[in-house]
Amino acid sequence: MSGDVFVLGVGMTPWGKWGRNFAEYGVEAAREALSDAGVAWRDIQFVAGGETVRNGYPGYVAGATVAQALGWNGARVSSSYAACASGATALAAARAQILAGFCDVALVVGADTTPKGFLAPTSGERPDDPDWLRFRLLGATNPTYFALYARRRMDLYGATPSDFARVKVKNSRHGAENPRARYRKAVTDEEVLASPVVADPLHLLDICATSDGGAAVVLCSEAYARRTGAQVRVRAVSTVTPQFPNTVIEMPNFATDSAAALAPPTLSFRDSIAAAAYEEAGLGPEDLSLAEVYDLSTALELDWYENIGLCKAGEAERLARDGDTALGGRGVTVNPSGGLACFGEAVPAQALAQVCEVTWQLRGQAGARQVADARVGITANQGLFGHGSSVILSR
Amino acid sequence: MPKTRIPAVGSEGWFTEDGEGPALLGTRCTTCGTVFFPKAGFFCRNPDCDGSDFEEVRLSRRGTVWSYTDARYQPPPPFVSASDPYQPFAIAAVQLADENMVVLGQVASGFGLDDLRVGAEVELVVEPLFEDDESVQVIWKWKPTDGGRR
Ligand SMILES: [Zn+2]
Repeated sequence: MSGDVFVLGVGMTPWGKWGRNFAEYGVEAAREALSDAGVAWRDIQFVAGGETVRNGYPGYVAGATVAQALGWNGARVSSSYAACASGATALAAARAQILAGFCDVALVVGADTTPKGFLAPTSGERPDDPDWLRFRLLGATNPTYFALYARRRMDLYGATPSDFARVKVKNSRHGAENPRARYRKAVTDEEVLASPVVADPLHLLDICATSDGGAAVVLCSEAYARRTGAQVRVRAVSTVTPQFPNTVIEMPNFATDSAAALAPPTLSFRDSIAAAAYEEAGLGPEDLSLAEVYDLSTALELDWYENIGLCKAGEAERLARDGDTALGGRGVTVNPSGGLACFGEAVPAQALAQVCEVTWQLRGQAGARQVADARVGITANQGLFGHGSSVILSR
Repeated sequence: MPKTRIPAVGSEGWFTEDGEGPALLGTRCTTCGTVFFPKAGFFCRNPDCDGSDFEEVRLSRRGTVWSYTDARYQPPPPFVSASDPYQPFAIAAVQLADENMVVLGQVASGFGLDDLRVGAEVELVVEPLFEDDESVQVIWKWKPTDGGRR
């Protein structure tokens, strides 16, 4: 590889539920990222878009849609869909273009406008689509899967609903300090436990909402970074798939792979996502200052503590109980942005939003939610149908 | 005229009620022996196997609960509620020992969270998912074997 790729600029809209055209959020985020980078839109040589599947054809060609909205400048373009991991896949595409020497500076952007309520599959009768079938044949929503994992933690490790609530309380305190968060009110564990149960054992406040929002990142080559003084280095982008047989039930599947004929891999899929990033970066969990992980549910954030190596399996509840992962705690701060708990999920923007937060933290620009002396940060996330996503940044 | 009883649209060939009781139908790769549910039909998904011949197999009728939850709010379409108003139902992820895999299913009607615990034995039944004007659409479900109520 010809050196590293650098983060030159980041931009992000506030998250909310406004129902505007998704491209507007994309343009707003892109303009902020360009301004932060000090790069004119005319000078962007490559645009990588994270797609959205809920906004018609323009959503499928999101890279071009945002490029057109910014004003055609002739840049080369790509669009990627990897569900929740779309942003990381787009980032990987842009990074590869830069590392291959095809371009020096690229814009990565993802934005979404989401419907109310549960995320549902695309409409129409589509019995050949597993995402359609799981709703029709099982009534299995996304929270169904989160709840299965949560119940498993309770059974295996003695986790309690209070342990899950504690994660929400922590993230809500972080998010209260983040002007871009959608939910900025600190909540108590009583409030979490008093909210209605959606999918036992998870309460409404254990589960993330869906939001509108856009996020953008300007990446550049090492030579370009030297000229501009960019400090934040992309150390790894992991977009791994699972290894067969994957023995953890995953959205939107009806069953796991069978491990009857071939033994399962030593690392679970979620473990392998971060492991690949650490290997590429030549870093490990002991080097981290902070992590932005995909807290689709409070219990899932606890799973991630183990998946990214902050602790051994079964120890995540203790980490949360001791406040280790809270701002000012003695461990790696997790979700200083407030996480999905405070943002809600804007699918193709979310993996990029994680990168924005880590960048602000590494630059010391995170204000009241700043992690002291942040040097290395990891993002971790997983997209439907086997898309891993983990990015490591350092300064 | 009585309504016809058919597999829920999309689940045709996924289970049977014939023979020695209801069973899920999967396929086994004749080259490496890996079992697939729902059926694999063209290529074996074992990355070390280039097999493309499969035989249909009946999966184990009994398994143990790997985890479970319920659906307190009506899922969005294409889910079709069996009742109006909507009645919450439970869902179980069930570990099948011989196949070494976990299969999801709704929990049999009349059974709820209180009847489930991780590790408990369940067996496969076929029950209505919902009815429309012409037919009763049926699906596999998991039923606690100890009659529930731990
Ligand atoms: Zn095979």
